[in-house]
Order: sequence, then structure tokens, then C-alpha cells
Amino acid sequence: MSKEETIQQELIKNFGFLEGKFRIPRERRIFLDVPADRFMDVFDYTVKKMNFNYLCIISGLDEGENLSFIYHLALNYSIILNIKISVPKSNPSIKTITGYFPSADLYERELEDLLGAKVEGLAKGRRYPLPDDWPIGQYPLRKDWKPQDEPEVKQEKSN
Amino acid sequence: MGKVMIPIGPQHPALKEPASFNITLDGEKILDMIVKVGYNHRGIEKACEQRTYIQDIYLLERVCGICSHTHSTCFLQAVEEIAALELPKRAHYLRTIVAELERVHSHLLWLGVAGHEVGFDTLLMYSWRDREIVMDILSMLTGNRVNYAMNTVGGVRRDISPDQIKTILPLVDILEERTKYYIQVASEEVTLIERLSKVGTLSHDDALKLGAAGPTARASGRDIDVRRDDPYAAYADLSFKVITDNHNDVLGRTLVRVGELMESYKMIRQLLKNIPEGPIAVKAPRKIQAGEALSRYEAPRGEDVHYVKANGTDRPERVKVRAPTLANVQAVAAMLKNGYLADIPIVVAAIDPCFSCTDRMMVSMKDANSRKENFIDWKTLRQYSIDWYKQNRGVDMSKIKISKRW
Repeated sequence: MSKEETIQQELIKNFGFLEGKFRIPRERRIFLDVPADRFMDVFDYTVKKMNFNYLCIISGLDEGENLSFIYHLALNYSIILNIKISVPKSNPSIKTITGYFPSADLYERELEDLLGAKVEGLAKGRRYPLPDDWPIGQYPLRKDWKPQDEPEVKQEKSN
Repeated sequence: MGKVMIPIGPQHPALKEPASFNITLDGEKILDMIVKVGYNHRGIEKACEQRTYIQDIYLLERVCGICSHTHSTCFLQAVEEIAALELPKRAHYLRTIVAELERVHSHLLWLGVAGHEVGFDTLLMYSWRDREIVMDILSMLTGNRVNYAMNTVGGVRRDISPDQIKTILPLVDILEERTKYYIQVASEEVTLIERLSKVGTLSHDDALKLGAAGPTARASGRDIDVRRDDPYAAYADLSFKVITDNHNDVLGRTLVRVGELMESYKMIRQLLKNIPEGPIAVKAPRKIQAGEALSRYEAPRGEDVHYVKANGTDRPERVKVRAPTLANVQAVAAMLKNGYLADIPIVVAAIDPCFSCTDRMMVSMKDANSRKENFIDWKTLRQYSIDWYKQNRGVDMSKIKISKRW
């Protein structure tokens, strides 16, 4: 059995509902869909018990009705487990993982700014990456978002 | 004197991404630091969704001017995985040759910047002169000194000729000879060692916890390298060592980078010697079938990550890019804590955050009580740090005797 399959088996053994949720497209890559309400349990187990100790990035996706988030975790810097969760766009609430990976701070702020996710438990701080005066409720990475026309800048004639 | 808050940045043309470092000082000592980045967010991910895969190669190549090959390769690896394209071996080798040459030019560039930041300008002059050799090689192979446009979906756009291989090999020998001298400087030159030791320390645990990558992590004893741990392109065929160091400071980061240069020369020789014959690209479809892939790449600065989702059209559904600086910039706060104001230039430079143009970082010193502001530009801060070390530590770079051989 390959390493990837062993990881799959271990997770299914502990979380029966993950049966059939795996996809192993090639060596060192595992894609996994997890129901949003069980995400923290699975995440906690993979980080603490299975030693996935490096977070590559969190990718956010706009999938129409839902927002999806993929947590790309590495084992021994080699095997990447991509855990995907989906939450409704009407209430795009996820929990912070900064308790596990302090470096997730910027990645989660990015999800808030660009996709309009609500990250519960994220410490107060400055936004990233949009400017401080960015209008509220404008999430540029959402599919229905279009850049607004820049207000025309009138140049005063200098004498 | 009470605590003083100093905002450094945010306008910061010296960096790939302008950054803001809010520093709390007690005298010269740094008590705390808050890092803010994002001032140079250009919406490239959104722009990728609106362009075809071919257009995206050129757009992503411009994420970074120094490691442009990094981003186009990382993106294409994901696209090719989704499209199930089997690349010819020669294409993999050519990509890897450019990748390692890019690392050489990037590390030599860094060495010069690091020398400059501590007042050792001879090192800057030497290493940037030597860097011209590798820039010439890159220009000969790709037609460009930066933004090589070497990649395309399914392979590369330019082949290498036997004559070019014959020209490159002796040039690599010269670079290797020069790098041996830099290794000697970094490991034996007392003045430089005194200046860089115990500066900007990042413990092994912090490097792991804060997700540092690349030479920054390896200099804190993290034995990680995508080229070995998650091999791509032609790296599985190569024999090389992953250079690590346990100094945990700027000296360690210097030793790792000069050590990596030697490994890169080794790899370039192996690649040039063993490059298989054959085509350099396969025909790729214009539309990419639906699917997703995560691609990783060991850039000169650390792990570069691209996540690509395709939807069956000629444009990607989503492209997510994480450049290594975003992983490393968060460690800067930990490195500078309990350090000195005079160490900021070299510690910020030591994560190699893509210094590309004239240094113009602004430091505004604000006394918390009087709210009076004094502005110091980067040049003055740099001079201040050089003078501070001269007076307080007796470290004077102008006293270094340099090799007469060159």
C-alpha cells in the first residue's frame, strides 16, 4: 500500500464519514472533501496525530452558492493533503487555525479581504492585502465582482 | 527615554512587496514588531481568471522580476498535471537548467545586497560583477536577462545547442572558483562573522512554527527542500545535497546561500552533461479539461506554491499563488525581537525579499510622548547601522583585506 493510501486508511478508520471523499491523482498529492462542521476534528487529528506540520497556503474559491477553502498541509514537506471545506455564501463562517499555525494569520486575513470569509477567532489586526479605505462589502475574488470604473481624475491646469 | 514607536514603510520600493514594519523600541532595543504587507497587491490572481492559459504564463512570469522562471514553471506544472500532459525529458532538463541558473543569479544578487547593507561594498562589487557571467548565460539561452519567457504549456520554447553547452561549462567553472572565495570570506573573515553572528536569530522551533521556507528555514536547521522532498522537473535525476546550517542567524543564512551556489553548479554540470535528445515540447490543447492541481517549486527564496483549478475552457477557474516571501516575512518579527535598530537593514535583507531597485525605505521615528516625527531614509538608516557597529562593536568592513587574485 502506498503512503498516500495509508494516510487515507488512517483517516477513514478514525472518521468513517470520509469514506469516498478522497482523490489521489498522483504520488504525494491527496485531495479530501470534509463537511464544514467536522473540519476542526479532522484538521486537529491530521496536525496533531499525523504530524502534518507545515501549512503551504489556504486557497479560497468562489463556487457559486458556496465559498470553498482548501487547506494545503504537508507531511515531511513532501506529501500534500488538500483538505477542502465548503460553506454557504450567505454565512461564510470558518474557524481560525492560527492556534495550530501562526503563519495562517495572513492567509486568513486574505480570505476575509478578497472573498468575504468570516474567520471566527482571528485576532484583531490590520487587514491584508487590501488598502484600509477599501469599500465595505466589496470582495474582488468573488466571481460576480467587477472592477468599478475609476472616478475620473481632473487635472488642474497649472500656470 | 521611554518606549518609541517607529513605523518603517509602507512605501517601500526596495521590496518586491512594499511592507510596513511597526517597531516598538526601548532605546536601541526592539521590543516588538508588527509586520504589514499587501501594498503591492496587483490583483494578478483575478487577472489570471480573465486571461487564457498562454497569456497567464506571461502575466505570472511578472509576479517577480528576479525569480520569473519560478512562477511560470510552478503554474505550468499544475496546468500540465490537470491536462495530463507528459513532457519530454529534454523539456524538463531545460526548465531545470534555467531554474538553477536563476538561483545562481538570485543568490549572487543577494550576497551583494547583504554586503552592501553591512557596509562591505567590496563584496557587492565583486559578487555583482560575477553575476554578470550568469546573466550572460541566461541571456544566451533565453534571449533575456530577466523574464526569460522560456516556458510554454507542454514544454519550453527554446532548445540548447551543443555549442552553447561548450560555452557554458567553462563559465560555470569560473563562477565556482569565485564562489569558493565567497565561502572562504563568509566562513573565515572575522569582521563579517562578527557582524552577522547572533543577528536576526530565528530558532529551529520558530522557523517551524512560523512556516519559514527556503534558505531562511534551512539556516535554522530545518532540513527541507522541495527539490528533494517533492521532486519536480528533472530534480529526481540529479544528485545534490540540501545545505542546512545551525547558526540560526544572518551568518547561517549567508553560509546556506553560498553553499547552495556550489550545489547549483554541480546540478548545472549534471544537467548539461546528461541532457537527453528529443523534442522540447508536446502539443498542448488550448482548452484545459476540468480539474485541479497543487504545484510546488523551490524558488531561490523558498517554496513557491501555485494552486490551479481548471473548468474545461481556455481560461483557468482559479489561480492561487503563494510566493516564498509571504511565508518568510512573518518570521522577520521573531528575528528582530530583542535585536537592535541597527540590525534592521541586514535582517530584513537576509530573508531576501527581492530587492530590485534603489533602496528608499523610509523610517519615521516618532517619540510617543511629543508626537514629533523625524524621518530617516533607508540610506541614512544603513549608514547609521554601519557607524553604530563601528563605534559599539568595533566592526569595520573597510579594514577587511581582500583577495588580490581577482
